[in-house]
Amino acid sequence: MAREFTPKVITTNHLLSGDAVWFTVDSTWTGDISEAELLEDEAHADLRLLEANAQRDQVTGAYLADAKDGENGPEPVHFREAFRTRGPSNYNHGKQAEV
Amino acid sequence: MYKYNDFDEAFVRERVSQFKAQVDRRIDGSLTEDEFKPFRLMNGLYLQLHAYMLRVAIPYGTLNGGQMRQLAYVAETFDKGYGHFTTRQNIQYNWPKLADVPVILEKLADVEMHAIQTSGNTIRNVTADHFAGAAGDEIADPRPIAELLRQWSTDHPEFQALPRKFKIAVSGATNDRAVLRAHDVAVQVVEQDGQRGYRIFVGGGLGRTPMIGKVLRDFLPEADLLPYVEAVVSVWNLLGRRDNKYKARIKITVHEHGIEEISRLVEDRFAEIRPTFSGVDQVILREIEAHFANPTYKTGSTDGFDAYKAANPAFRSWADTNLAAHKNPDYAIVSISLKAHGATPGDASADQMRMMAELAEKYGHNELRISHEQNVILPYVHKSDLPEIYNALRGVALATANIGLISDIIACPGMDYCALATARSIPIAQEIATRFDELKLEHEVGPLKIKISGCINACGHHHVGHIGILGLDRAGVENYQITLGGDHTENAAIGERAGPGFSADEIIPAIERLVLGYLDIRRDADETFIQAYRRLGAQPFKNILYPEKAAQNAA
Repeated sequence: MAREFTPKVITTNHLLSGDAVWFTVDSTWTGDISEAELLEDEAHADLRLLEANAQRDQVTGAYLADAKDGENGPEPVHFREAFRTRGPSNYNHGKQAEV
Repeated sequence: MYKYNDFDEAFVRERVSQFKAQVDRRIDGSLTEDEFKPFRLMNGLYLQLHAYMLRVAIPYGTLNGGQMRQLAYVAETFDKGYGHFTTRQNIQYNWPKLADVPVILEKLADVEMHAIQTSGNTIRNVTADHFAGAAGDEIADPRPIAELLRQWSTDHPEFQALPRKFKIAVSGATNDRAVLRAHDVAVQVVEQDGQRGYRIFVGGGLGRTPMIGKVLRDFLPEADLLPYVEAVVSVWNLLGRRDNKYKARIKITVHEHGIEEISRLVEDRFAEIRPTFSGVDQVILREIEAHFANPTYKTGSTDGFDAYKAANPAFRSWADTNLAAHKNPDYAIVSISLKAHGATPGDASADQMRMMAELAEKYGHNELRISHEQNVILPYVHKSDLPEIYNALRGVALATANIGLISDIIACPGMDYCALATARSIPIAQEIATRFDELKLEHEVGPLKIKISGCINACGHHHVGHIGILGLDRAGVENYQITLGGDHTENAAIGERAGPGFSADEIIPAIERLVLGYLDIRRDADETFIQAYRRLGAQPFKNILYPEKAAQNAA
């Protein structure tokens, strides 16, 4: 039996900056996961991934990452994706330095 | 040091301009990411978790002051003011912007540096003993052959699409400081009946299937080096498993076919291609050797050094810990620790790089080395200059006296940066170093190698650490597995897994327990951790790590 689909966001790195970005409902890219589109339907998620990857002059290869519905929007599930929303732990660099 | 000739210069410049055109075409959308990726990897440009990463080669770990200054300039102008020195004698910049990378490569070309073949399925940066040319136990400086191998392997048409990456290390000494036995091929300069030649190792490697390299040829005549290494790579290029990237490295090929069969195939191939080498490689080698002539040694009294050492305990501790014997008794080899307690192993700020460049220019015959242990070496220092060097290093937080001790930890970038990582490495290294600094025990503990990798690819050499730590993802949580008894030297050994892994919260107390426990069971203060492990075996150390299990077994 196929595994049950769990909610996802579309994410990748921005082409020019390499920054972690997420795909929004408006088909734009945001540096803030809470502004991303939370995909709860598998067929819709696959379609949106095709649309995201069509923006090949904007981003590098996009993928679906597990996410959950948080208080202010989507939140990462896995620690790897959580690090991508912040930056490294040894310096105050990356997104955590921008807020 | 090697100086580029017109050919090297033209080649590197051409590659920069090719890559600039490729970046332009990627940015304007005419190349897709899949099309662009092989081009960027050929030029050392990776995509990591938060940004691009540019890996710049420091061939056989040797650079001069001007090159170190340029690395500082790149760090400050195009990155966040620092660089990360790696276990393969490269430097990595963690935050470059795509459009800046061709400019960075141009700036590097200005000082005869590049990022070619620091990635991809090619022959990578040739690494060497970081004490090469200066060590007392050396038969010959191995860097001329490293440079010859660099020239031969760079853009070698037969070896641009190998089954997998291929790493070569060289050494000219009896003590192995280059982890020869963990390389795809390693070359050790040896002497037999007054003749100089090479011992060739094959099939070493760490990663998911760690293997200790085997001797393929005990004595290879000098003039046969290139054809022989070419025969090895050529045999593997045909036999290597392209169907499964985890089985593609030459260590698996050697394991599957056996060393005898590989040796037979290599000798056959060698016999075939040897006549095609006209000897021009040996002419080039003689030219290269001239670049690596000894510096003109300074003469003078070293009494000032002895007096300063007697009067200044902090300097004495640093000198006892961070200096190594030089072949010239008036000289010392200085290891500059990039492992200040709590700092990121291998990182240096632009200011620190400039200070090291200045010291090399002023006192060190303008030479620096990067060690696979992620430290920087001044290989030629007259002892009378050591007090000035020490005080200058103190001013930029580079005078930590911990070379070879518990806080001199190798750590890969781990999940703080690396897209392949399964857990973080850097914070674990920082916490171990900070903890043992608090305990003020590291000099009492003595020589101890802790090596940490954030995934099974083992960039942090955990398999050959006396204590190895491997970070894994266990059901969505970081988990750290300990291996014991590894050795990176001529007595190379793969560490043995101690038992179940520890959570991020448990790993530092576990290491503390292990090291304090070693102090209780060592024969005396002279018996190092690895010696005690070899004498006593793994069990007492496992009992220390897992006291509850030990208590159960005893009951």
